[in-house]
Amino acid sequence: MNALRLRAIARKEVLQVWRDPRSLMIVLLMPIMQMLMLGYGVNLDLKHIPICTYDREGSQHSEALLKGFAASEYFDVVKVATDYAAVTAAIDGGTCRMAVVVPQDFSERLTDTGASSVQAILDASDDNSATIAAGYAQAVIDQFEQNVQIWFAGNHGQSMAPPPPISLESRVWFNEDLESRNFIIPGVVAVVMALVGAQLSSLTISREWERGTMELLVSTPVTPMEVMLGKLAPYFVIGLLDAVLCLVMAVLWFAVPFRGTLLTLFATTSLFLVAVLGIGYLISVAIRSQIGASQIALLVTMLPTALLSGYAFPIDQMPAPIQWVTYLVHARYYVTILKAVFLKGVGMTALLEPILGLILYAVIVAFLAARAFRKRLD
Amino acid sequence: MEARAAAAPQVVAEDLTKRFGSFTAVDGISFRIARGEIMGFLGPNGAGKSTTIRILCGLLRPSGGRAFVAGIDVARDPERVRERIGYMSQKFSLYNDLSVAENLRFFGGVYRVPRAELAERMRFVVHMAGLDGREDALVATLAGGWKQRLALGCAILHRPPILFLDEPTSGVDPASRRRFWDLIHGLAEGGVSVLVSTHYMDEASYCNEIALINQGRLIALGSPGKLKRSALGGELLLVECDKVGAALELLPQAPGVLDVAAFGNALHVLVESAERGLVELPRYLDAKGIDCRNIARIDPTLEDVFVRLVAGGTRGEAPRP
Repeated sequence: MNALRLRAIARKEVLQVWRDPRSLMIVLLMPIMQMLMLGYGVNLDLKHIPICTYDREGSQHSEALLKGFAASEYFDVVKVATDYAAVTAAIDGGTCRMAVVVPQDFSERLTDTGASSVQAILDASDDNSATIAAGYAQAVIDQFEQNVQIWFAGNHGQSMAPPPPISLESRVWFNEDLESRNFIIPGVVAVVMALVGAQLSSLTISREWERGTMELLVSTPVTPMEVMLGKLAPYFVIGLLDAVLCLVMAVLWFAVPFRGTLLTLFATTSLFLVAVLGIGYLISVAIRSQIGASQIALLVTMLPTALLSGYAFPIDQMPAPIQWVTYLVHARYYVTILKAVFLKGVGMTALLEPILGLILYAVIVAFLAARAFRKRLD
Repeated sequence: MEARAAAAPQVVAEDLTKRFGSFTAVDGISFRIARGEIMGFLGPNGAGKSTTIRILCGLLRPSGGRAFVAGIDVARDPERVRERIGYMSQKFSLYNDLSVAENLRFFGGVYRVPRAELAERMRFVVHMAGLDGREDALVATLAGGWKQRLALGCAILHRPPILFLDEPTSGVDPASRRRFWDLIHGLAEGGVSVLVSTHYMDEASYCNEIALINQGRLIALGSPGKLKRSALGGELLLVECDKVGAALELLPQAPGVLDVAAFGNALHVLVESAERGLVELPRYLDAKGIDCRNIARIDPTLEDVFVRLVAGGTRGEAPRP
């Protein structure tokens, strides 16, 4: 290993990136685009669900109940139906995801028995949203129920307060507003870093082959290790700069709270970059055209990090075999770390497990990458 | 010690062989290059010149035979060889998106040229290549001759004792080629051993030693003068006559004629003795009804030698050195 040679290779690589419009786009535009696309595109919050109401009774109670739906921020009453045919049409046509039907004997049963029911018709073609909508509907009805109890008590001349309802009061930590954006953006940072890093380093060796400069490079006394380190060093720095860019966007643009320390963030980001750049470099050694290498890099980073890293889709809700596969995805560890650093503000000791996973990953990839490039033409 | 070091060959190839699958690209080539000597590899495209040079640079592993460069076994320790050689590949392989100075600085760093010396050596190389004032020009914008000289400059920046130049003058205009050879002669005078391949036969006269290569085999080895004198195995006559086609068929049967080849509208006739041929051939042709307008003794060119040897080679009579 020689410092003069490392410097020569690193400096050359910087000049080439600087003069290559495609590389510059990957460095600057890709992180911004991806942050905006994934940050806005993936929103798991369900608000303003379009619903339709059909009040078959038209009483004080039924109106009060439906007002509760209209007032809720989770629902938008977009249609008031006057018969079942209209309800069916609204659900079938997709203009409404749920219909609330108040039966004709709603108030009668409520005053007689103290219990009544309403019908909710749900479009469960998206079963996840349907379940959530049903949950929100239940909450609206619960609220109405409490009001009815107070009213009922007052009407029957009972001065006592309604029995305190026993309810579960959950206290949400770390993401108090239950904003799915806060939950997703730290993961988006991981996806962006994985994509950008692998894209850039996948071009390093294939560029030399494609432009015919490899023959001369291997005729010089540079060692494969010097080639690898010299070439990847600039991309490591670029990767850290992109991490800063992503951090700034997450905090200033998306207003995600950042509660951890920059030290934890950059120490783990450095580890992740080693793994990411190593994978891109391995691809670059194997595939001798730039287009081919960048396509493969996109394929092997985009799908696993988007689907199996847990950045948007929680790993513990996946089938067991898929959960095992996620251990092979480097971003899995980094996503866990980023979410904890952003939202919980924990330090490195609390993150020992994913950090060790990342270290193991980086070591294996670096070992393979160091042995991949051979200075021969045959 | 001094004398022995100078006499020791800088490049030794012993029975070098390279096979790619069932195709034999280099077939048992042996030669030596002394210090300060220019060895020219001559032969058509695909003869095995580039493959041989790549083996000597440690880029390809030989399938058989051995190669020593600066006394080091290339197959065993290619890295130590690489510090002692400069290489110009057949295809231009400097960085087009870097400037002249940036390319030189890159190779200076890769070859560990001490920083104190680098500026001075870069000045020398830029001046040698005639690139003064164009140090900041991107290499992509340079014309062919300049690129070629810059590539040579990058190869000699670290002052290697041995240079491998693979078709350095292909695609370069004649004036630039001439200038390039002047540079190579200057380096050889300074003690650098040079192995240079070319398919321009006329460039052979610039070399001290010539290796004629065809179909992976070395078919002749020697100085240009020696090759012209001896490799033909006879003397050469230029014959200008009518009915060239008929003469081409008849002359090989004439007494004392070894070989006949057409060169444009004339014939090159290889005879055992020029003295006798000058008298006998016009008579022979006259008897066959062919009018011989001109007959003269000529000095053979390397092309004559090559054509003669390749023809011999295909008949399985190649002289093996």
